[in-house]
Amino acid sequence: MSIGYVPPPPSRFSVLSTSSISSDHFSPTNSSPRFSLASAPSINSTLVGSSKPSQPRQSIYDRPINKTRTAEVSLSAFSFLFSEMIQYTQKRVSGINDLERRLNALGYRVGLRVLELLAWRSESASKAPKRETRFLPALMFVHTQVWRAVFAKQADAIEKSVENPDEYMIVDNDPPLERHISVPRDMSTLSCSSFAAGIVEAVLDGLNFPARVTSHATPTAQYPHRVTILIKLEQEVLAREEVLK
Amino acid sequence: MAIFGLWIINKAGGLVYQRNFAEGLAPLTSNEYLVLAGTLHGIHAITSRISPAAGSSSGAQVIEGETFKMTIMLTATGTKFVLLTSLAETTADVILQKVYEAYSDAVMKNPFHTPEMPIRSEGFETRVTTVIGIGQS
Repeated sequence: MSIGYVPPPPSRFSVLSTSSISSDHFSPTNSSPRFSLASAPSINSTLVGSSKPSQPRQSIYDRPINKTRTAEVSLSAFSFLFSEMIQYTQKRVSGINDLERRLNALGYRVGLRVLELLAWRSESASKAPKRETRFLPALMFVHTQVWRAVFAKQADAIEKSVENPDEYMIVDNDPPLERHISVPRDMSTLSCSSFAAGIVEAVLDGLNFPARVTSHATPTAQYPHRVTILIKLEQEVLAREEVLK
Repeated sequence: MAIFGLWIINKAGGLVYQRNFAEGLAPLTSNEYLVLAGTLHGIHAITSRISPAAGSSSGAQVIEGETFKMTIMLTATGTKFVLLTSLAETTADVILQKVYEAYSDAVMKNPFHTPEMPIRSEGFETRVTTVIGIGQS
């Protein structure tokens, strides 16, 4: 401790002394030596710390982009983040529809990147990477690959609407996004998986299947958090599918 | 062996959750519960300061009567979990730990819960039910 105390860093010392003089003359005089005493060991320790051969902290940009096994994120940590995202959004909207739209927009930004990343990964992983041009394989890609990359599991079902030929659904029985969320009764129509719907919308958009994607809570007795992601395709997609047949 | 009730007291001494699980407790109004919780909060604060041993004390952990036992768990953030059980009950600590886990999952990660306010979360109710069992109300 005495070693660190003998050569006091001049700049720091002067800053300390001038500030204490300018702020108040009448403070007890023992306060300034106590200050330097307290700061001396900390300076010492930082010097020792920096002299050690320490490894540089790996940032997310240094990690290999293709390795997925160790790149998982804690669900707890994400749940807190997602919770804050919802609270933040909720403060800035009027009504449930607006909230869902905003969550969708947030998810859209994630989805764009997910598609980019998956394209990159498939490029390096397989010899003949391909891009889906038909809708059903694209939907399977969302159901399997995208879900596995984002939620570490597959979605549970794909359904086609009986009434409307332009509507498809992805069902998740236990979406990790909503595992810790209990929607209050007065907002029962809200589905926080609008975020996931945004991801789906972005992926489909990126694959050139423009669609409107919404999320709806469809709880069952067995799966209280079950959600259905409803995909309503634009007419041009159906027309193109017709041509490609 | 019976578990009578569970209280959760926030760091200001307010009762944010109360649920009964078995017959045997005197029926109280919600106001009386609030008063009891506030009193316990005060008692707990006192007990944490009168420890004769040096250093800080965690305060009262168990309060026993002739017919019941009250197990108090204080979390790092000052929230208190209180379990009212029969004297013979030995699992109170384990149950409180599990309730705390359920609380951190279903209450703190729920965006629709306001901290320090009464807990109205379906997910938490379900989790507590699986930990302790179906109560009345």
